[in-house]
Amino acid sequence: MAEGAEPLLVIACGALAREIVALKRLNGWSDMAVECLPPELHNRPERIPAAVQEAIRAARGRYQRIFVAYADCGTGGMLDTMLASEGIARLPGAHCYEFFATSAVFAELSQAEPGTFYLTDFLVRHFDRLVIEGLGLDRHPELLPEYFRNYRRLVYLVQAADASLSAAARAAAQRLGLAYEERHTGYGELASTLGQVATVSAASIGQRKEHSAWPH
Amino acid sequence: MGAESTETFDLNTLNDQELTEQVHDDLYNGLKEEIVSATNIFLKRGWGPDKVLNDALVEGMRIVGIDFRDGILFVPEVLLAANAMKAGMEILRPLLAETGAEPIGKVVIGTVKGDIHDIGKNLVSMMLEGAGFEVINLGINNPVENYLAALEEHKPDILGMSALLTTTMPYMKVVIDTLKQKGLRDKYIVMVGGAPLNDDFAKAIGADAYCRDAAIAVETAKTLIAARRAAAH
Repeated sequence: MAEGAEPLLVIACGALAREIVALKRLNGWSDMAVECLPPELHNRPERIPAAVQEAIRAARGRYQRIFVAYADCGTGGMLDTMLASEGIARLPGAHCYEFFATSAVFAELSQAEPGTFYLTDFLVRHFDRLVIEGLGLDRHPELLPEYFRNYRRLVYLVQAADASLSAAARAAAQRLGLAYEERHTGYGELASTLGQVATVSAASIGQRKEHSAWPH
Repeated sequence: MGAESTETFDLNTLNDQELTEQVHDDLYNGLKEEIVSATNIFLKRGWGPDKVLNDALVEGMRIVGIDFRDGILFVPEVLLAANAMKAGMEILRPLLAETGAEPIGKVVIGTVKGDIHDIGKNLVSMMLEGAGFEVINLGINNPVENYLAALEEHKPDILGMSALLTTTMPYMKVVIDTLKQKGLRDKYIVMVGGAPLNDDFAKAIGADAYCRDAAIAVETAKTLIAARRAAAH
């Protein structure tokens, strides 16, 4: 480890930037640096492992610990294979929907209605760009049934309650022709996992301070 | 492959080679009406439905598939191309049936239980049909009982399973394990596909092949059927 390396870097999906910054502020995780990758990578999940690996390797030596704030995110285990080779951990679950809702609640939602389309605060904010434009529905609205004919409902997983976001999510459901539901999840397992990461990092810094204080 | 042209002209003025290339371009650009027109022109010129299908439509979709794989085209463009090809196939399907040509194999295909995604699976179905397979498409959210019933009823060469979610792809193993328990596994070639899958996963669950895209699914299906038939003789 390079002398003077920073304590902790979280390499995160850009879709989590706002939430991680909010958690940092709320919990006083001042030692946690955050670097975000473009959320658009989700349109090509097979490219996520290489992008994350590049960020990890670029950060090696500059940080004492690195954590990856991605779920599997549609990489089919490829992200885990890469992270295992780098010796780095990530957030739990298959998708951000899962760690926001927590695994048990997400399983219950999925089993109750497999045709559930999920939105988070981030996806509501960027619905037009990521969903409508991302799926080409702005240019080809006739494709709407192709994408959504098997969906029945839209569930908005709320991280931070905001009436304007709820209204936008409801409008999104209407636009997609889906029933609307809302669940307040807060930050779910994102908060608890990052809390553990921050705690371990702080503890290891404390140990190093004790060691460095020991007379040689 | 050229960008979408705003120029309009009579497709009848093109010779066979030019019209074939035009169909490839029009498929690429998802122009359904043009595909229907060109298909009818080919038939009027005396082309057999199988030649129209293979030389014009299937070859055009093969090009679309390559550019999708390479990140040049995205899902919306592929869907538009598939819809255009479907329109052409609607015209050709009854004509192909009239020829009495035997299908080169039979495939039962469906999305697994808990998963409602079918865009890729339907694309694979269409390309398999275009390649001369008889395809029984079970749709979405299929429990193992659906697969077993369809295998019993249709006696296919191939069972195809699709999943888009990391949470639903393990169900493929449930189906394969059930086939093993019932002593049926070796009767069928099992092919799996879906965005989060890979070769290692297919091997781990006991499938015969993982197919990354529709074109590979067609080639794999042909290869595995040929190998199985050769081994039987």
